[in-house]
Amino acid sequence: MLEVKHLKKYYATQKAVDDISFSLTPGSIFGLLGPNGAGKTTLIRMVTGIFYPDEGEIKFEGRKFNPIQDVSQIGYMPEERGLYKKMKIGEQAVYLARLKGLSKSMALEKVKEWFIRFEMQSWWNKKVEDLSKGMGQKLQFVITVLHEPKLIILDEPFSGLDPVNTNLIKEQIYQLAKRGSTVIFSTHRMEQVEEICDHIILVNKGKKILDGTVNEVKQKFKENLYTVSLEDIPSSVNAPSFDLIGKEADKFILKIRQGHKPNDVLQDLLNNGHSITRFNEVLPSLNDIFIRLVEGTPVTRQFETVTA
Amino acid sequence: MNKIGLVIQREYLSRVKKKSFLLTTILVPIIIIGFYAAIIAISVTDSGDKSKVAVIDESGIFNGKVVNQKNDPTEYVFIQNETEQSYKSKYKSKGFDYFLYLPKINIEQPKGIKLHSPSTISIGVKNKIENAVDAAIEDKRLQAANIDAERYKKINSNVSIENTIDTGDKEKKSVAGVAYAVSFACGILIYMILLIYGTMVMRGVMEEKTSRIAEVIISSVKPFQLMLGKIIGIGAVGVTQFFIWIVLMLLLQAVLPAIFPTLSQQVVQSPEAGNIAGSQNMFATVTEGLRSLPVGLILFCFLFYFIGGYLLYASMFAAIGSVVSEDQQEAQQLVFPVMMPIILAFVIMVRAIAEPNSSLAIFGSLFPLTSPIVMMGRITYDVPIWQLITSMVLLVLGFIFFTWLTAKIYRTGILLYGKRITWKEMIKWAFRSS
Repeated sequence: MLEVKHLKKYYATQKAVDDISFSLTPGSIFGLLGPNGAGKTTLIRMVTGIFYPDEGEIKFEGRKFNPIQDVSQIGYMPEERGLYKKMKIGEQAVYLARLKGLSKSMALEKVKEWFIRFEMQSWWNKKVEDLSKGMGQKLQFVITVLHEPKLIILDEPFSGLDPVNTNLIKEQIYQLAKRGSTVIFSTHRMEQVEEICDHIILVNKGKKILDGTVNEVKQKFKENLYTVSLEDIPSSVNAPSFDLIGKEADKFILKIRQGHKPNDVLQDLLNNGHSITRFNEVLPSLNDIFIRLVEGTPVTRQFETVTA
Repeated sequence: MNKIGLVIQREYLSRVKKKSFLLTTILVPIIIIGFYAAIIAISVTDSGDKSKVAVIDESGIFNGKVVNQKNDPTEYVFIQNETEQSYKSKYKSKGFDYFLYLPKINIEQPKGIKLHSPSTISIGVKNKIENAVDAAIEDKRLQAANIDAERYKKINSNVSIENTIDTGDKEKKSVAGVAYAVSFACGILIYMILLIYGTMVMRGVMEEKTSRIAEVIISSVKPFQLMLGKIIGIGAVGVTQFFIWIVLMLLLQAVLPAIFPTLSQQVVQSPEAGNIAGSQNMFATVTEGLRSLPVGLILFCFLFYFIGGYLLYASMFAAIGSVVSEDQQEAQQLVFPVMMPIILAFVIMVRAIAEPNSSLAIFGSLFPLTSPIVMMGRITYDVPIWQLITSMVLLVLGFIFFTWLTAKIYRTGILLYGKRITWKEMIKWAFRSS
């Protein structure tokens, strides 16, 4: 669906995007993660045709990406919401849909359809400046997706939304993916990524430092940690197969030693006469992985001189 | 191209549909026409209004009868057996507008003639009465010098020179004042258009940038399309506004004579009368002066320089709008260098009207940044055709060049936030390849 190869974009003071490649399959929900200033926005702008890459190649549906033609297949919701404040909402939605290449009647039909779906019919003759932040967010989302693009790029789509509206939009994102749209989802909120995304990449300082499905990534970064709950909690347990990492109210956190398997742990515990009620693998959260990978690099990017 | 059309449509309709557009479009000509009508109304009523003047002539210069001068409908009534002091308080109640008092005077040095009036008198009335008194005194002096009054009138000369321009096909009468006024009006109009619509473009771009809609739109259309769409859309608003104004003016031009029938009579009378003095003949003079001008050429040039100048400057204003972020003051600072040539052009234009063929005027009317204003200042003075064509070609080239340059600034600026952009950076963007 979308293939990005060795994409580079250098600014005068920064390598904003430095050799990033990834590919997306149709209908997948893709998480683009990274700290502030990692180059996500630049990357997105190249994919949406706003910027030309300095080097590298973007393939859209197997062909070379042609910004002029293909933008009608892309819906982009930027992080900073933007709408004409003084323009009537219905009119504005129709205008933006027509800019995406929809005919006038088609645009009108689609806007009405989506407004009904989101219960926004009464907004038609209102102006954007009359809307609350959350309402504006909903409107922006509708405008992004109403031409049913094949590629939807959402930059922090849930900021400012209450849980009800968050669910409403989440549901629509699943629906769109089910109908074959590919979604790129850029955010800092890791719990949402874990919940929604199939596939993630992590970008830092213009480089891709992680790429895979959520599960793969977690497996890759797991530390062989397990929790075990026992019927009678002794003050401590020990055995040759594991190290005791911590103790919580009713469970121990264990780390399996090199060369041992979970079975060895269970065996050792049973041999010691413990009665096991629960045994779980602890996978790192994306949040932990994110912090681990990004930590150590300066929080804010320093300006550097680029010779390219 | 279809997308530019959509942008133009939005820019145009969103402005034309605003109430303020209707208000300014209707109000401005009403104010202008109001002035125009007021001036005409005053001059018409002044000449038609017969004022009654009470006269106490102790000097005896009138010999009991005032000879009315040309175009003086004033009625003079002689009052007997009253003094200045006694009659001063009575003339109003007796139905007189003014009270003229002539003491015993020496006709060689007439002094102490007084006109009493309830309020300040108009210059027109004062002139008429002065003329009447002057004529009477002149008659007395002629008598004293033993000169026959009839002979003197024959000797007396009062010519008015007619300026005829030989353009080949037919001779046209010219009125220098009208040519001057038309040039000046055209120049000042273009000057105002550039500033008003230029800033409108700048504000539009700033609005798009600060409301962050630019990023949404630029993911659908090219920045250049958005910029051009905005410029053309706002330009079309300007053309519409002018069109409405012209229609309103023509309409009023047609309606006015119906409201003031005396006006059209005067216009008809004046050519054979052939005298161009007097306020009531102003209208005729202007009409005649306008007829002497190459109206078609002026209208064409006005439209051309309006559109050309607007396009040239609008792209620069758009570029400025794209680099400022939210801060009005910053916008003012950055826009100043763009306004400089417009103001300079205005200054050159004023000089060019006085000396239409000076080298400064010629340079100013060729150089694309100043030509829209300066050329309009020269247009009534028969500009050589080669200069006109060169100026127009240069303007088109200048427009293409500056749009190409500013589009690159715009493209970068519109998506850049939070950073103060210097002129150095803008110049770097403008001349960067790609």
